[in-house]
Amino acid sequence: MRHAAVRWATALLASSWVVSLVVAATGAGATTTGSGAHPPVLKAGAFDPPRQAPEFDLRGSNGGELNISQYRGKVVLLAFGFTSCTAVCPTTLNTFAVARRKLAAAAADVQVVYITVDPERDDVARLKKYLGSFDPTFVGGTGTEQQLAAVRKDYGVSAQKQVLGDSYTYAHSSFTYLIDRNGRIRALMPYGHSPDDYVHDVTLLLKE
Amino acid sequence: MTRGRSLVGLVLAAVVLLTCAVAGFTPIHSASQDRIFTIPKGTWARRMSGDKVDILPDHIRLTLGVQDILVLRNQDEVPQIFGPTLMMPGQSFRLPFDRAAEYTFACTAHASGQMTIVVESNPSTAWARIRWRLLELLSTFR
Repeated sequence: MRHAAVRWATALLASSWVVSLVVAATGAGATTTGSGAHPPVLKAGAFDPPRQAPEFDLRGSNGGELNISQYRGKVVLLAFGFTSCTAVCPTTLNTFAVARRKLAAAAADVQVVYITVDPERDDVARLKKYLGSFDPTFVGGTGTEQQLAAVRKDYGVSAQKQVLGDSYTYAHSSFTYLIDRNGRIRALMPYGHSPDDYVHDVTLLLKE
Repeated sequence: MTRGRSLVGLVLAAVVLLTCAVAGFTPIHSASQDRIFTIPKGTWARRMSGDKVDILPDHIRLTLGVQDILVLRNQDEVPQIFGPTLMMPGQSFRLPFDRAAEYTFACTAHASGQMTIVVESNPSTAWARIRWRLLELLSTFR
């Protein structure tokens, strides 16, 4: 009788030990629900330390040269795409347009720059017409295939041409760079975020 | 002998039941919400010498409120495409998620050319917590 009691006690102790181990190993070892030492401030993915946005020299849909440095003092939303894109680009550009409207007067310090990955079809006139349908302040950039490939490489953007019968499309990176007033790449907003998320992040960057 | 076996059976059943009960009813917390992946120094050199170096899995599982921030760090000496972005040496990238969904990013670091991040909602029921803990346990053995 005494032996049985000892065995039961040992077994129960062992059980509690196993249970504690399993539960502690899977999410009950700490009681903090916060985000640790670095609480997320921006909704977008933030770079630390931020790097200077690589310079480029393209033809702008506003009729002049397009450089990233010409927008120092503004927060820039930089995206890559092509005007024949039916999925990602219209959604992203519409999101920018809505965000700018929500920003009201502060939108004067926000510049959307959209660089094409399809120089064959996207000339200056086409970019201007396309972007104007979302917001007349948006500026597009185009150049030679080599120039645009160099810009994509500098920013880590991918674009693969895919032939579809007698036409073609592009699979391209769908995120947006958030560049602060000092021309530094501060964050990367993945595709699908709401205008409110952009308003949130842009407002924070404008306040700096 | 039979009595001994019965005892073992009872103990095992008790362990399983106790584990399920505790795993199901203990809230899931985490000391840090960061899920960190690092490119160590020398990775580029190893790749150049022909080593196959896998740092970032092509599927990453995150859980809202528990571990919902993806942190990528490039500690190598050259810029690297890491997940969705180009990262300079010494740079880190911190991407929070606040919606449960499956996110796909183009990623040249993977043979498939893309990386998928599955963000799950916070397990709110006992069964969901048991499932979550089971998956966590299994992932530690992978």
